[in-house]
Amino acid sequence: MSAAPALPRAWRDGQLAVLLLLPIALINAIGFILPVLNLARYSFNRSRIGGGIEQVFTWENWVGLLSDPFYLELVLNSVWISLAITLTTLVVSYPIALYLHRASGSWRTFLTVLVISPLLTSAVVRTYGWIAILTDDGPVVSAIKALGLPAPSLMFNIKGVFIGLTEILMPYMILALMAGFGRLDPRVEEAARTLGATPARTFRKVILPLTLPGIALGCLLCFVLAVSSFITPKLMGGGRVFLLATEIYDQAIVTLNWPLASTLSILVLIVFGAALWAYSAVLRRLD
Amino acid sequence: MEIHKTSWPMRILVFVLFVYLLAPVILVFPLSFSGDQVLRFPPSFWSTRWYSALFANSQMLKAFWTSLSLAAIVTVLSIVIAVPAAWVMTRLKFTGRDLLFNLFTAPLLLPTIVLGLAILIVFASFGLLATMQGLVFAHLVVTLPYALRVLAVSLSTQDRACEEAARTLGAKPLTVFFRVTVPMLTPGIVAAAALCFLVSFDEVVITLFLTGPRISTLPVELYNYVYNQADPLVAAASALLILLTLAVIMIVERAMGLGKAFVK
Repeated sequence: MSAAPALPRAWRDGQLAVLLLLPIALINAIGFILPVLNLARYSFNRSRIGGGIEQVFTWENWVGLLSDPFYLELVLNSVWISLAITLTTLVVSYPIALYLHRASGSWRTFLTVLVISPLLTSAVVRTYGWIAILTDDGPVVSAIKALGLPAPSLMFNIKGVFIGLTEILMPYMILALMAGFGRLDPRVEEAARTLGATPARTFRKVILPLTLPGIALGCLLCFVLAVSSFITPKLMGGGRVFLLATEIYDQAIVTLNWPLASTLSILVLIVFGAALWAYSAVLRRLD
Repeated sequence: MEIHKTSWPMRILVFVLFVYLLAPVILVFPLSFSGDQVLRFPPSFWSTRWYSALFANSQMLKAFWTSLSLAAIVTVLSIVIAVPAAWVMTRLKFTGRDLLFNLFTAPLLLPTIVLGLAILIVFASFGLLATMQGLVFAHLVVTLPYALRVLAVSLSTQDRACEEAARTLGAKPLTVFFRVTVPMLTPGIVAAAALCFLVSFDEVVITLFLTGPRISTLPVELYNYVYNQADPLVAAASALLILLTLAVIMIVERAMGLGKAFVK
């Protein structure tokens, strides 16, 4: 065995590490850090008609954005709708997560695969599926008509976006909840029940508090994904649902106002920051 | 062993919620055999006309081949780049390692709409818009974090005794890496590759910013198609895409168990 001195060995390791990390570092720098910094810079540039920009430092985009009622409403709307979607997703995901947590063996594996598989299916495909379900000749509207009730309009408005997006976010919520359910020991529930607690009380006093960290994580994840969701609002909203993400795309691709699109993007990141802050505040209170 | 009894109302509730979760994915299969001109369910008669229409649509076929080759290139590059990086992250100790790891996985935290716009602006000045190189590069930005994370988990849970044994028996570091570490890492590599392939093949938001009439991917073409009209053609394409996804999932399940690959 060669007795290499300690210092050159560490130095050689260092060189090796740099060499092996170089490709991923380059891609990260050129494809992530540089574009994001550039985005922040663009939000302080002035846009020229037709897509060019003027390289001046200006607060115009920010002042314009924050003093325009249309954009203020857009931001509030996006946040409000995303919060509502997040809560709905939580309510419809919780029973599945709890059931999966209690299931075992191959049945659990099978159901977990069922939960994950929509996640691996393109958002376009799933949104298209919802369009097919909620369209005027679709199964839902037909069934409601068959019952003799007035036919609702579920497409090209916020209702359709709400229903579709909730389903699309469910797998994320279920996985986050399951990750947080680790502390939930069936014996604790059993103890509560043996001591005479009703199922409802057991849920409120034992299960719910123990699963709060998972709930917080799932809500953070789904809120963040809802605020930045683009495909579903664009396809199911039919140009009539205006949210932050769709507006960023329209400004970037249709209007070619890159500084404004950049400013809106930074605004989305600020909303993210706020959500993250709220999440850590909740976690602190739980501890 | 305790068996937890689930009450019937709870079971029915879970079943209904599962139906809600899987409805859009399941519905496209019967819908793809619709004989109607428009989206209607249940269809008034059945046919395979939309599959014929799909395979006669040269734009869709071209986009499919673009997506397939793009995803293949991105997957190979992701593995080649991420395996050494994951090895450094799990086997060498140096200051700032956690910071670097967080930095390399950070693109996943950024919403794709923001990342797409950011990359669009930079690529416009590099002349990389609507090129294969540009798409490969942009997809690597999102697939590498997944690959790095999955491979790092596999490497850190790997039993080090075999590597130690090989080294003690006189194998050189490179030999240990290729003859011991990599073979033991195969399940992780398969999982990471499958994930990268699916992420790249399904990526639509970032790609939407970077494609044009010259080059387009299948998800982007499907998006454009649905945006303009909704007929059962996309159901046929979706059904085939879901089957492709299922095939990839089964490969991963065989290699290491899906639960392990994602829930962890």
